[in-house]
Amino acid sequence: MFKGGWFKLYALVYLTFLYAPIILLPLFAFNDATVIAFPLSGFTTHWFTEMLADPTLKQAVKNSLIIAVSSAVIATTLGIFASRASTRYEFPAKGGIMGLIMLPLVLPEIIVAVSLLVVLLGLGVNLSILTVILGHVLICTPFTIAILSSAFQSLDKSLEEAAYDLGETPASTFRLIILPLVMPGIISSLLISFTISLDEFIIAFFLAGTEPTLPVYIFSQFRFPSAVPVIMALGTILVCLSILLLTIAEIFRRRGIAKSGGKDTGGFL
Amino acid sequence: MDSGNGTGRFFRTESGAGLALISPTAIYALLMLAAPLGAILLYSVFKDGYLEIIREFTLANYIEAWTNELYRQVMIRSLFVSLSVTVVTVLLAFPVAYFVSFHVAPSRKSLWLFLITIPFWTSYLIRVFLWKVILGYNGVVNSGLLWTGIIDEPLQWINYNVGAVVTTLAHAYAPFAILPIFVALEKIDRSLLEAGQDLGESKFRTFLRVTLPLAMPGVVASVLIVFIPTIGDYVTPQLIGGPEGRMVANLIQLQILKLDNYPLGSAIAVSAMAIVTAISLLFLLMTRRYLKGPK
Repeated sequence: MFKGGWFKLYALVYLTFLYAPIILLPLFAFNDATVIAFPLSGFTTHWFTEMLADPTLKQAVKNSLIIAVSSAVIATTLGIFASRASTRYEFPAKGGIMGLIMLPLVLPEIIVAVSLLVVLLGLGVNLSILTVILGHVLICTPFTIAILSSAFQSLDKSLEEAAYDLGETPASTFRLIILPLVMPGIISSLLISFTISLDEFIIAFFLAGTEPTLPVYIFSQFRFPSAVPVIMALGTILVCLSILLLTIAEIFRRRGIAKSGGKDTGGFL
Repeated sequence: MDSGNGTGRFFRTESGAGLALISPTAIYALLMLAAPLGAILLYSVFKDGYLEIIREFTLANYIEAWTNELYRQVMIRSLFVSLSVTVVTVLLAFPVAYFVSFHVAPSRKSLWLFLITIPFWTSYLIRVFLWKVILGYNGVVNSGLLWTGIIDEPLQWINYNVGAVVTTLAHAYAPFAILPIFVALEKIDRSLLEAGQDLGESKFRTFLRVTLPLAMPGVVASVLIVFIPTIGDYVTPQLIGGPEGRMVANLIQLQILKLDNYPLGSAIAVSAMAIVTAISLLFLLMTRRYLKGPK
């Protein structure tokens, strides 16, 4: 169709715009020059070896991994409670409670960061990896609920009732029937929260104290032009890693929806 | 939680079980979100003493935040940037959402959405930095134009200014704008469009009178989901904006982390949120007639 053809062309141009920065990344990561500009001067893997030799970077990666894993587990657990409650039960003030929990989705992150900082310092809490986790759980939870709700939503209530009729308790029903059915959703939500936390900058910037996360480290390196090619190498690895994690998450998300008999309505958000 | 340990009949009722089940998440949100938001509201009316905060009520922070010429400029610029980003992002996103919803085979829709969301999840900082590379003095755009001979010397007006900030943010929030519009378009009953054309409307008129009004809830959602977070963006104005492109988040960071003035920083944050909320409510009020009707 001619009309569809124009739309398709536009969509492809738009995708090119979306991917433009990501396509440039490996070009500069393998470019043999300290200045990030065209024309390219030659191929090198020097930036990758230099990256591996940096002890500050290693520490930042370690901090980020601890934070991302903890945030993903805690946020997904909180997400399971909230999405199960909101899809299965009617209760007073449901809209208000869910609104508050989902608020970080639209609230500027700087507001979350500043308000948490003020409270934590007011209470005399020292800034550390732990305080970053507190903030990251807050911003990851709405995303886990978005994913998990669609998993719980497509669950057939009669399966649960059948289990009760056969003498299972609510706890064993949850473990034996519901959990296996929503498991793909849980895995998908863990991976998404991990990716969000690993990439999050502003909350970590405010709450990390003296223990930089990976994005905080990257941001600090932007001030030194000579450090930028190493960051491009690091970025290339990060982009590959997040594409891999997202692809796995997407596979699990689709499998979960198929498993519980629902209809696929779209992406993660 | 939902196992019902027999302590109370309340937890076995529908609302009791629901409340019990949601309580861990709700309590976390209350402690880590509602209470801190309350705290900055409180701090914003405290006095800033040297090295400590004096717990006395004052409106001086708000007066400073609203009358100081510099702060006012930053606030107006932030609003201008967010509004431009919102308009640009939503206008550019609509045809993409329309294409995926109306012209892509159902089996391939998820693939398109996946492709659209991927760039959104990949290192935000590095993406922003790469826009600097694209729009910079020796950047991709300039070297491309020089090479083709369209220009003789690098363009200055595309880097380190508000326009560069708008471009970068429009890129960052693109999936946020596409997805709500897509969801709204997916819900439209296709037989309505056929009915419109059977009754003699042209394709374009059908779009204007049937598709667009029915897609409005999605458009409204994407406007809000782009507009509200962009005003608080810190990284893009910091890296791309140059001195003339600083926004409200940079100002808040300066007050809180650099100058240690928590009350003024809080007052600026609260003011920014109040303005954003007011504009959002006004927008919702203006588009109210599209949001009603059967679900």
